[in-house]
This record gives sequence, structure tokens and C-alpha cells, in this order.
Amino acid sequence: MKAAVIVFPGSNCDRDLAVAFEKAGADVTMVWHKDTHLPEGLDIVGVPGGFSFGDYLRCGAIAAQSPITKSLIRHTERGGYALGICNGFQVLTETGILPGALMRNSNLKFICKPVDLKVESTESAFTQAYTLGQKITVPVAHHDGNYNVTPEKLEQLRDEGRIAFTYVDNPNGSTGDIAGVISKNRRVLGMMPHPERAVDENHGGTDGQAMFRGVMDALVSA
Amino acid sequence: MDEPKITEDLIAAHGLSPDEYALILEIIGREPTFTELGIFSAMWNEHCSYKSSKKWLRTLPTEGPQVICGPGENAGIVDIGDGQCVVFKMESHNHPSYIEPYQGAATGVGGILRDVFTMGARPIAAMNSLSFGEIDHPKTRTLVNGVVEGIGGYGNCFGVPNVGGEVRFHPAYNGNCLVNAFAAGLADTDKIFYSAASGIGMPVVYLGAKTGRDGVGGATMASAEFDDTIEEKRPTVQVGDPFTEKRLMEATLELMKTGAVISIQDMGAAGLTCSAVEMGDKGGLGVKLNLDAVPQREEHMTAYEMMLSESQERMLMVLNPELEAEARAVFEKWDLDFAIVGETIAEDRFLILHGNEVKADLPLATLSGSAPEYDRPWVETPAAEPLADVPQIDPIDGLRALVTSPNYAAKQWVYEQYDHMVMADTVRAPGLGAGVVRVHGTDKALAFTSDVTPRYVKANPVEGGKQAVAEAYRNLTSVGAKPLATTDNLNFGNPEKPEIMGQFVGAIKGIGEAVAALDVPIVSGNVSLYNETDGTGILPTPTIGAVGLLDSLDDLIGGIARDGHVAMVIGETEGHLGQSALLAEVFNREEGDAPHVDLDAEKKHGDFVRDNRTLIKACSDLSDGGLALAAFEMAEASDVGVTLDADDTPTLFGEDQARYLVACNFDEAEALMVAAGQAGVPITTVGRFTGDMVRMGSSEAPLSELAHAFRTGFDAAHR
Repeated sequence: MKAAVIVFPGSNCDRDLAVAFEKAGADVTMVWHKDTHLPEGLDIVGVPGGFSFGDYLRCGAIAAQSPITKSLIRHTERGGYALGICNGFQVLTETGILPGALMRNSNLKFICKPVDLKVESTESAFTQAYTLGQKITVPVAHHDGNYNVTPEKLEQLRDEGRIAFTYVDNPNGSTGDIAGVISKNRRVLGMMPHPERAVDENHGGTDGQAMFRGVMDALVSA
Repeated sequence: MDEPKITEDLIAAHGLSPDEYALILEIIGREPTFTELGIFSAMWNEHCSYKSSKKWLRTLPTEGPQVICGPGENAGIVDIGDGQCVVFKMESHNHPSYIEPYQGAATGVGGILRDVFTMGARPIAAMNSLSFGEIDHPKTRTLVNGVVEGIGGYGNCFGVPNVGGEVRFHPAYNGNCLVNAFAAGLADTDKIFYSAASGIGMPVVYLGAKTGRDGVGGATMASAEFDDTIEEKRPTVQVGDPFTEKRLMEATLELMKTGAVISIQDMGAAGLTCSAVEMGDKGGLGVKLNLDAVPQREEHMTAYEMMLSESQERMLMVLNPELEAEARAVFEKWDLDFAIVGETIAEDRFLILHGNEVKADLPLATLSGSAPEYDRPWVETPAAEPLADVPQIDPIDGLRALVTSPNYAAKQWVYEQYDHMVMADTVRAPGLGAGVVRVHGTDKALAFTSDVTPRYVKANPVEGGKQAVAEAYRNLTSVGAKPLATTDNLNFGNPEKPEIMGQFVGAIKGIGEAVAALDVPIVSGNVSLYNETDGTGILPTPTIGAVGLLDSLDDLIGGIARDGHVAMVIGETEGHLGQSALLAEVFNREEGDAPHVDLDAEKKHGDFVRDNRTLIKACSDLSDGGLALAAFEMAEASDVGVTLDADDTPTLFGEDQARYLVACNFDEAEALMVAAGQAGVPITTVGRFTGDMVRMGSSEAPLSELAHAFRTGFDAAHR
């Protein structure tokens, strides 16, 4: 499996995401945001967590205008896989690749702690290695993770089975307790929690491993 | 532009005494220009010159086979084997944080991170030691919120895990909070960068963010006491931009790989002045700067303002001119300023040009080396009165009072606002003694802790100084780490008062003895004096930051207590209640002597814990709150009840030193006792982890009830 991880100025989970892909057996290339083209023959693009462009203006808003982001949009339009975590999820919503917007946490504070998630769909490469309804523990670390969609859009996401994970105990005020959503073609996942921080016994939990394993299985056999 | 005339008022406003001004006249043989006066004031203030503390700091042990670089550089460097080293320091940002809590704390974090990556190390861990006034004092809430948000806002964005620290509340900090920021980084031992310039005619390059008027005179402000004009000092606080800092770090580390860096220094206190003088002085060279080339973010800045600005996220380096194009390309990639602003010169001169005029022309070595040094008068702190009787208290009542006090309640409200997992190498999160971070890509790990018990230092500076080091040593030991070295952040009141100077001298003596005995040399540090408001000083607070090494994560003592585990105390319990947490929190009495520290016992007991780690399932050092609080915290973290046999106050709440609480399997307890016997280490079985109650003698309460009180105590008090 060939993966690329985009590096924006201010990304700070780029290495962590690359390590998680590598642990799952992927070849990983880091791609600078000023590059105009993603490498050829990619299986998946990772958009990492952090504070791209300092979260100035709006989280992910400036990164959505970076040269590489045009290439990312083309990649997903052609049916390519992408995984956006935390700030990466914010970038994916800012580009319109995924619906909704991420607003300030309802308690107005940064929150860093392990949270329990419920697996709401196993119909994607990212979630196929989990069981439906499974409870997993994955850390969150964000100031703007409060996922907002209109009631109509929420209905649609539910109808289409595009909610990947919900919070068991909603930490940030997200609509419908949503922690992660899948694109219409089920090949793009955006989520606020950090599965790459739960892939090693030393992390205190390994519930994120199945996501990377699932992606690996789907893309290697594809 | 005309510069102001030098008057007595102007001299005083620069924090220079008449004697110091006379010395300036003697050195340069003429009246200084306004810019020169500013430069002297920046170099000679307490914050930059250590003029009151230098004499005593020299007595601290700073060497050892593990030490690669001791105090004097941006940060200390300690060997961790396999060609790698850990680079660390702790520094205060007390005055700015009191004036403007968010930016003061944020730029404190920024400054310490810069100290670390300036040396070629990627920051891998941060901690903070915070001291605030009483929790219900009108100013405390704003300060706590602002400081915690500022630390989080900067560190989270920069992307360094915050793995530990302390938060305390005491009326002595009502008018002067303390914000001590620690950072550690990892570097290859053969790729360390220092500040000494070398080579004549080498370009001096300005890197990073542009210069503005923020922070002009900040270091001088930080060297004065506060009074009711404090609000007027707000413009002297700098404004932080962690996004620029992150790019500056990436660009600097990338630049270092090109071979273009001859020497490098971050611009911290007194910005361009201090960094340029330090680089020249260490290299035995002069420096010529042309301020017209300095990237500026405001218009019409004067030489004075540029030389004293403390704008953040800036560096100065001496460049290998052959690699200028490569170096410039790195900074262009990261969209940061890269400007040649001067050159190294052979003469001993600090020459500042601006708009074709000479604004300053000073002898550089003298400017740096002739800062006044004071042997301030001091008096020894009188011995504490013996402790009057302490009434017996129901143990559960005593414990409940401790766990609900803001000082000892769980602090997740604070550390959940800090990203403690970014970089994905955090093995032990904050809240449980030392933080542990894996050395990326290896099986090794580093442990970090910061400690001091200011009550002890006030009662007995020598023993209190020792205790701060000993507690740090024990916290590292409790996770199985071998303590390597320390950094000290010495926060005291006005050194011109002999009793305050006596606290300082005593604490240094204690710290020195302890770091020598425990082989944890001081490799970096910072002194913050004049922590007084309207003449009232803080508790003497010499914070000790310490770093330990785990050769393998297999050596980690990171487990929890389980039902059936035996609770044992390593070390001698005599029941010392003087200056104890119980006495302060329950009886509102800060009385008696501090517990005395037996350094031989500390060393022996620490070695014993490390040598017998396989028999120890969970370990905690005994400090504030004694056995009762440590046993509760271990039970709470493990979600299993605990029964302690003792019911008397001294045994349960005494704060004798050199002690650890350990949990071990029933069938291994005997082996541990035999080992202790052979090693000559006192060990006592004190109870058992079992069930879901906390029991001490005949007093008991459900663990869940106390845990709830412990988890919500801080929030309840802070609201």
C-alpha cells in the first residue's frame, strides 16, 4: 500500500500518522503543501492533525487553499481514498470533500483525553475491521471539534450510513454525537479523535490499529 | 531622530542605580547615548546578569560523566547513550504572566522551547510548575484560566506533549503568581549547536518573525517589584505566535542539516542586544549590526526600540557565507524572514548603526563581562519553633479535607487542556507523578518531573532545598527511571532584603548538597528575584526539574495496584508533622520545622526500588499528605480499595522523607522484604489493596465517594 501524508506549516501529527501507516505495512511519502501534485500511484492520502497555518482565520480554512489541496480534491473526485484526522478532518470539511463544519468545543476549552467511541458503520475500508456497535477508546485533542450539520444533513448522513463513529459521552457538543463521517462513495473518512495515538501498547490502548489494518486489507486486496 | 537626554530620572527608569551608572561612565569614558543606556540596562538587569545570585550559583555541582553541557548555554545537555542526548531547561515567566496571564504564560512556553531547539534538539516534552494565590482570591480565577489557556494555546499548537508539572495555591502568591516552564528535547550528540561566534567578517543573520515594539524593556520590568502601577506595564509583555515558532523550529532544524550554521542563539530577554552580545562575547569577537536591515513589523522604529524589543520567535545566527543560498532557501520554504543584519568583527566592539548614524559603540567584552556582581548581605533563617501538639483527627476526615483542597485534588481540569499525547510517544500521562516519553523509534524512555515544597523551604531553606531535589529523585525512581540531571528555577523575593537573601543562600546550599549526593548535577536554570508586591514576598520556591532515563520500557514501573496486593512502605516512618499538608490544610497551621532529608537514605532507597522493580507492581513516592494521601491516590488510580492498619495521625499523615509506597503480589512480598533486609533498607507492611473501601484503622469510606470528591474538588473550588 502506498500512502502519502500531507504536511502543512503547523501540522504536528504528520509523523504520528506516518508511523501508524508504516506500522500497518504501508510505504509512506511526506508531501509538502506547496507541491502541486500528489505522487503517482497512491492508494491513500492522510491529512494529519495539528494547527495548519496556526488555525488562524478558521481551522483548516487556509490549508484548504494550499496548492496541494487542489490535487487532494482531484484525488478524491477520482475515487481515491483519504483519511483526515483532527485538523485533517477540518481541512476536509473546509474543502467540501466532507459535509459539515467543526466549531469551537461547547465548553470553549481544549480537550485532551481518551474518549469512548461507538462504531456506527462497518461499511468502509476504515471501519470494516471493527464490529458494528463496538465500543473503542481513542484519544481526542482539539479545541474545535464540535461537529455541526443541519438537521436535514444529519438525517441524510444517518440514512446513508455515513456516520462512522459517535461519542459515547459527547465531549464537545457535536451534532448527533458525531465523531467521524464517511464520504458518499465511502472512501474518505474524517474524524476528530486520533486513531494514530492508539496503535501501540505504550499508548495505553490499541483500538486504533484496526482502522489502519482495515485500510491495508481493503487496499492491498483491491 | 533625536534621542532623549540622559537624566537622573531616565537612569532610574532603566533600573540602574547611581553606582551602576558611574560604572558605565568609567567603562566608556563618556556619557552614553540613549540607545547605549538601554543596552546597559538590558545587559545589567537582574534577569540577564544574575548579579545578585551569581556568587551562589557558582557553588552548585554542575558536572558529571553524563553531562555534555552545563549551565551557561541556552539549555543543559545530558548524554543518554546510543549517540543521543537530552537537552533541557526550566525558566520562569512570572512577572509577565501576572500582568497578562495568557500571553505571559504562552511566551514563557515559547521561550523555553526556543532555548531547546536553538541547540539542535527537537522538543519532546514540556512541563509547568505553577503557583497561584488563594483559590478564592479575586484575581486567582482569571490568572489560572489565562495561564492554563496560554500554556495550552502555545504548546498544543507547537506540538509538544505536556507531560507533567505542579499547580499550587497559597496566599503568599496572591500578588505574584509563578509560571515556571520546562522543556526537553532530543538531539544527536554530534549535532549540537552552540552560541559562540567564530570567524571574522562572518555574516550575522536574523531569522524568524519581524521585530515590533512589544516587550521593549521586558527584562528590566521582570527585575523590579510590583506595585499598583502594574497595569501600566502591560505593553512590556510580549505576544506569542506558536505557529511562527513551529515553523521557526522546523526551519532551524532543517537549516542545521545544511551545515550553514556556525553558531546560533535565540532572541529571548532583551532580544537583539543579549543575543548579539552573547554570541560575540563567547567567541571573543566584536559584532557590528546595521539595524536598517532588521525586518520590522512597525514603522519608524528607533534603534533603542529595536535593540530592546522582545518580539518573539526570532533567532540570530552566524552563517557560513558559502552556504547562504541554501540557508535562505530553507527560510523561504517556511515563509520566514532571513536577513543579513551585520557581521562579526575582530575588534572588541558592539557597533550599532541605524540610518547611517552610529547609535551605539561599546566595548563588547566589557559590556558582557563587567556586569556588576553583588555579594548581598544575608541572614540565616532562624530555626523553626518546635511544633506544638497536633490533635488526633479521624483519618477519613483528614484525607477528605486533603483530596478536596485545590492543592491536592485531581488536576485534570488543568492537564486536559494540554495536549499530552502529540508525537505519539507519551507512555505516562500527567497526573500520576513523573511523565514518561519514549525516545522515538527506540525502546528507551525519558522520565520528567518538577518538584518543590515551598512551605518547607520557608521554614528551613537548607532542608527545603534538599527536599525539592529528593522528591524529584523519588518521582523519577517511582517509575523505574535512573535520575540523570536537574534544572533549577529559583523563585524568590527581593534579594536586597537580608532575610530573603538568606532563604536563597540556604536553598542553594541544600540543593547543592542534594544534587551532589544523588548524582543529579544542575545543568541549566534560571533565577527569578523580586517576586514581591507592595513589599510582600512569595514563599521561597526553588523549583527543581529533573530528567531520568529508562534503558528499556521493560524497566518501567507503570502498573496499578490490584485486589490482594500488599501495601508496603520503603523507608523509615517517624511521623514528622511539621509543615505538613495536613497541618496546613486541616488546621490552617504552617508551623514547625520542615522534615529533614537523609541523602544517604534517599540514594539507598532509590537504588533499592530500581534494583527490585520486578517485585514492585506499582510505586509512589511519599511526600505531601504522607502515607494516607499516597495510598488513596494509588487506590484511586487502580480502582481498588485500600486498608491501612494504622489509625494515628503521625503515621498516616507524617511527611518523613526517603519513603515510597509500593504494591506487590502477596507471594512476592516476602522476597521484597528479604531483599530489603539484605540491602539494609527499612520496609514495613502497612496494609493491603482490596475491596472498594478506603479504611484506616476503624475509620472508613467508600473509595467511589472519595474518588468523586478528589475528581471534582478542583472544579468545585475553582468555580
